[in-house]
Amino acid sequence: MTKLIECRHLSCAYDSTVVVKDVDLVVKTGEFVGVVGPSGSGKTTLLKVILKAIPPTHGHVDHAPGVRLSYVPQVETVDWNFPVTVTEVVVMTQSRRKLWPRITTKEREDTELVLERLGLAGLGSRHIRELSGGQQQRVFIARALFHQPDLLVLDEPTSGVDVRTRHEMMHLLAELNEGGMSILLTTHDLNGLAAHLPRLVCLNTSVIADGSPSEVLTPEVLEKTYGAPMEVLSHGGMPVVLEHGAAEASRRLSRLNAS
Amino acid sequence: MIYFLGLDMLEPYHFAFFRNGVVVSTIAGGLCGFLGVFVVLRGMSYIGHGLSHAVFGGAAASSVMGLNYFVGAGVWGVWSGVLIGRIARRRIIGADAAIGVVTTASFALGLALLNRYGQAKKSIEAVLFGSVLGVKTGDIVAVAIVAVIVVVIVVVAYRKMVFATFDPEVAEVTGVQVQWIEALLMVMLSMTILVTMRVIGTLLISALLVIPASIARMTTNSIARMLWVSPAIGAGSGFLGMNLAYHFDTSVSATIILVAAAVFVVVYATNGVRGRVRIAGLHHV
Repeated sequence: MTKLIECRHLSCAYDSTVVVKDVDLVVKTGEFVGVVGPSGSGKTTLLKVILKAIPPTHGHVDHAPGVRLSYVPQVETVDWNFPVTVTEVVVMTQSRRKLWPRITTKEREDTELVLERLGLAGLGSRHIRELSGGQQQRVFIARALFHQPDLLVLDEPTSGVDVRTRHEMMHLLAELNEGGMSILLTTHDLNGLAAHLPRLVCLNTSVIADGSPSEVLTPEVLEKTYGAPMEVLSHGGMPVVLEHGAAEASRRLSRLNAS
Repeated sequence: MIYFLGLDMLEPYHFAFFRNGVVVSTIAGGLCGFLGVFVVLRGMSYIGHGLSHAVFGGAAASSVMGLNYFVGAGVWGVWSGVLIGRIARRRIIGADAAIGVVTTASFALGLALLNRYGQAKKSIEAVLFGSVLGVKTGDIVAVAIVAVIVVVIVVVAYRKMVFATFDPEVAEVTGVQVQWIEALLMVMLSMTILVTMRVIGTLLISALLVIPASIARMTTNSIARMLWVSPAIGAGSGFLGMNLAYHFDTSVSATIILVAAAVFVVVYATNGVRGRVRIAGLHHV
């Protein structure tokens, strides 16, 4: 496996607030890496530094020569009312070195292929608002894939989506990874997404732990990452994270209801 | 001769100033409609309003200093746009407040300069509300050149502009120079305001940037189609408004805007809920 990206002693600050501190991270070809951590732990900032959208204040990000990264934003940030069709969204990334903006026949064919691969066949001429939640998310993955990336970078792909869409998303990403696509994503969904991934990086400004879910999803690491005590159970060999004291809270609430 | 409602439709065409005026107002309407698509989709209509006020200050200053109108007001307009961006980026005050401060100050300076050194009240009125009497061949050439430049730039940078408008974050990551695209849009906007201001006037120009594009948004879900529909409505309003203004003896700019607004009302009323939902999502219009 060759290194796709490498972060060395990476730090990033907005004004005087340090958001990411001294992060070392390597992603190799074929890997599927999830970055987990609470809100404000620097996950999105780390992605943006890796994507070279913002410069680090210290340290380096190295991309392997010729490596292509594609970014899938959070669906919540998308303006669904914007007047574009699915096909127009997908070809948007092909904006360089083109003098005439019309979508070419080749692009249309390639778009159809990508859409078909993601189960969106025949929806190319639809307006983006006219799709279901799961389809909307897949359009943005289609756009990223159209760019033929070596590494797919997703920010919170399961935030703000329902259970079924999350399930679909997980299967889709697993399928892409099996097909050879390297994936890096952020999530705060420990049980729904993170526990299923082969490698997790726990981040709270700096890296707390890096390894397989069974290695990193331990009460000690989680308390350091989230700043709150957590319990970890095992379900069929897979870790399930519970908030510490959840049972106690539920007992108190049921007593309130009973009285 | 063509008579309509008892009026000779061709009568004003005997006058050279009117012929010039029709050409300028039609091209100006089309140009504002074209660029207005990006203004409306970016939620920038307040910037359009602000820039026209800033350009007014520049126009007044250049006339007092004896500078060429296009050079003076153009430099002033672009500089104001950059200044607004700078102030807003420091995040101490919001972009709307930054626009309010910079452009109203510029507008006030323009008014004061014209009061003190300008010829008469009439010239102020002409700049505020536009005037068809002063339209010369030079104005036609200027507005035509700007129209060609703007269309060429938008065609060449179309995908980048759409990408940067729809999804600036991902566009940046994918290699689109979003800041440059934004600066380019500001420059095109300043140029457009500059060449259309003499006919449309400072006060109503932002309406011509907003109304045709909003109508186009109600009728279509495709930005590519909006870029045809919006200039067509803008140009039609410019042409019709100019003619009606002559016959009814009303202000040219007011009549053009009223024609566009009437189209808006008709489309809004006939378009049903779907069209209304489309513009409801346009921010800050």
